[in-house]
Amino acid sequence: MTNVVMPQMGESIAEGTIVRWIKKVGDSIDRDEPLFEISTDKVDAEIPSPAAGVLTEIKVKEGETVAVNSVVATIGTAGEIRQSGVSASTTVPEAAVGQPEASDAPSPEDAAGDSDETTSETGEELRRQKSSPLVRKIAQEHKVDLAQVHGTGLSGRVTKQDILGYIQLGRGEARPVTTGAPAHEPVVPAGPVYKPGENVHVVPMSVMRKKIAEHMVLSARTSPHVYSVYEVNFGRVAMLRDRKKAEYEAGGAKLTFTAFIAKVAIDALRQFPVVNASLDGDNIVYKKDINLGIAVALDNGLIVPVIRNADEKNLLGLSRAINDLANRARTKKLNPEEVQAGTFTITNPGIFGALYGMPLINQPQVAILGVGSIDKRAVVIDDAIAIRPVCHITLGHDHRLVDGADAGRFLAFVKERLENFDEAWM
Amino acid sequence: MTRLIEVQRLGIVSYSDALELQRQLVELRKSGEIPDQLLLLEHPPVITLGVKTRNDRSHVVATPETLQEEGVEVFESGRGGDVTYHGPGQLVGYPIMDLRPDRCDVHRYVRDLEEMVIRVAASFGVTAARLPGLTGAWVGSDKLAAIGVRIARWVTSHGFALNVSTNLAHFNLIIPCGITDKGVTSLERLTGRNLGMDEVADVTAREFAAMFDRSFATPSAPLVPQAHL
Repeated sequence: MTNVVMPQMGESIAEGTIVRWIKKVGDSIDRDEPLFEISTDKVDAEIPSPAAGVLTEIKVKEGETVAVNSVVATIGTAGEIRQSGVSASTTVPEAAVGQPEASDAPSPEDAAGDSDETTSETGEELRRQKSSPLVRKIAQEHKVDLAQVHGTGLSGRVTKQDILGYIQLGRGEARPVTTGAPAHEPVVPAGPVYKPGENVHVVPMSVMRKKIAEHMVLSARTSPHVYSVYEVNFGRVAMLRDRKKAEYEAGGAKLTFTAFIAKVAIDALRQFPVVNASLDGDNIVYKKDINLGIAVALDNGLIVPVIRNADEKNLLGLSRAINDLANRARTKKLNPEEVQAGTFTITNPGIFGALYGMPLINQPQVAILGVGSIDKRAVVIDDAIAIRPVCHITLGHDHRLVDGADAGRFLAFVKERLENFDEAWM
Repeated sequence: MTRLIEVQRLGIVSYSDALELQRQLVELRKSGEIPDQLLLLEHPPVITLGVKTRNDRSHVVATPETLQEEGVEVFESGRGGDVTYHGPGQLVGYPIMDLRPDRCDVHRYVRDLEEMVIRVAASFGVTAARLPGLTGAWVGSDKLAAIGVRIARWVTSHGFALNVSTNLAHFNLIIPCGITDKGVTSLERLTGRNLGMDEVADVTAREFAAMFDRSFATPSAPLVPQAHL
């Protein structure tokens, strides 16, 4: 059986709407024969079948919009035909949620007390049994009824992320119990944003804007962010940059402070693997590749192109890669794979003069380095006042995995390397 | 090596003939029998509905009687987008182009078309721009050029429609693209000059080739007998 997915039609495209199914369930189809039509913005596209066989199931109806890479249909043999909308994964747990007990809106204490008495047939019991001990412990501590929490895990089980999101949302008071919405839907403001007749101009969000909004809400909700800020004397780096600038330009690369910071950050990530990692449920996933994302501001948003295997590049290679990716990001000429698989991100709020930033983590990474403005300041060196270019660097880190001490060691390493940048690294 | 593009100046072509021609050229392009094509033409007055509106004509505000009096056809097309109007004085461009291997991004394709039209306008001294969230090229809040695109296996069809000396009153027959709070404009209105369609088509062909990094090929024999058109 072959899954047919919503194709990625462009780097900034997150979703597509199915406008027409050219084939019906039961129709046989050849590989590359037109199967369905999708619409994104003002572009319509005809999508060919990825395989030959029989269209066995249509999972997404005409007019529905789904995320890129969602399965929209399956192709198999005639024996596997299934009617749409009855896929097994969406039935049992959802159906049980509308129990009378749930609609009585019990106080959290009542619900927790009652939970032992419910029969094993209810969704609540199913969820309780299937959830991990950690999730059950969190639920108990916060007196949360797991039946009230929408589960996004396997067979609808409640994951740690679901329950933490639920607790953070104020126990989902505003959320109707029967919805199947994911735990990370945008928060709805309490009152109307504007009244009829008010002097406003309403513009729909672009796909990129929506994607950024979703991603940032998800990040704020997923990671408990903690920040450390270090002051770094950029005297040596500025001197080296001035000295080597012409040489690099001759080699076709603009030597920027960002390149120096990237080089040192990469060395620090090698030294402290916990910062180059992700969390997967209860597992810590250490990333062996260092794929460095560099945030680039665009006219109406931002994008984070990624330098793959950044640790394999020297300062010249990094300078070239940064220039190239930033230019192509601004002219919208990045390939989709060039914004994926990042393991750590550097962002530069200092461009606009900010002393330092407090950036949100680019999920599923666990840390982000913010670079503040580089300005001349009076600094004390050997009890004398000197004028030096100074930069503030921030590490925003996910306290689930990276503790303050880790962040401190990481930033101290970065500071030390920048202040004593070895010419041999160039 | 820059790829070749054949520019075909077709004059006035009915919407249905142009659809059929595009369909044939898309197949020929998919199978690699022809190089990339840019069709430049004008349509007789016609209102076209995109796939979003093929079952909903609420954005056509004129009555069938008015449409008949004005000699305006209504047509369902396979392109994206909402309702639009085509008519004499509007330069229509239909690129039949394989976006593979390096341009497989539909947003980028649409933005490139917009940029190309903006550059055409600039060469006539008109500063057009994009409006965030809306497709096309705009001067203030008036639409100068509409864009609606279809892609099949990365071969493009449909394209852009630039108002050169279009009868703008005909746009009152519809709500263009379903957007109610915006107007339409033309190069002629903006420059106060009488612009020849050939002159604008020349500039468009040049800017198109530059934008998409193509060089001109001389069309071989006409691909579809002219009599058919």
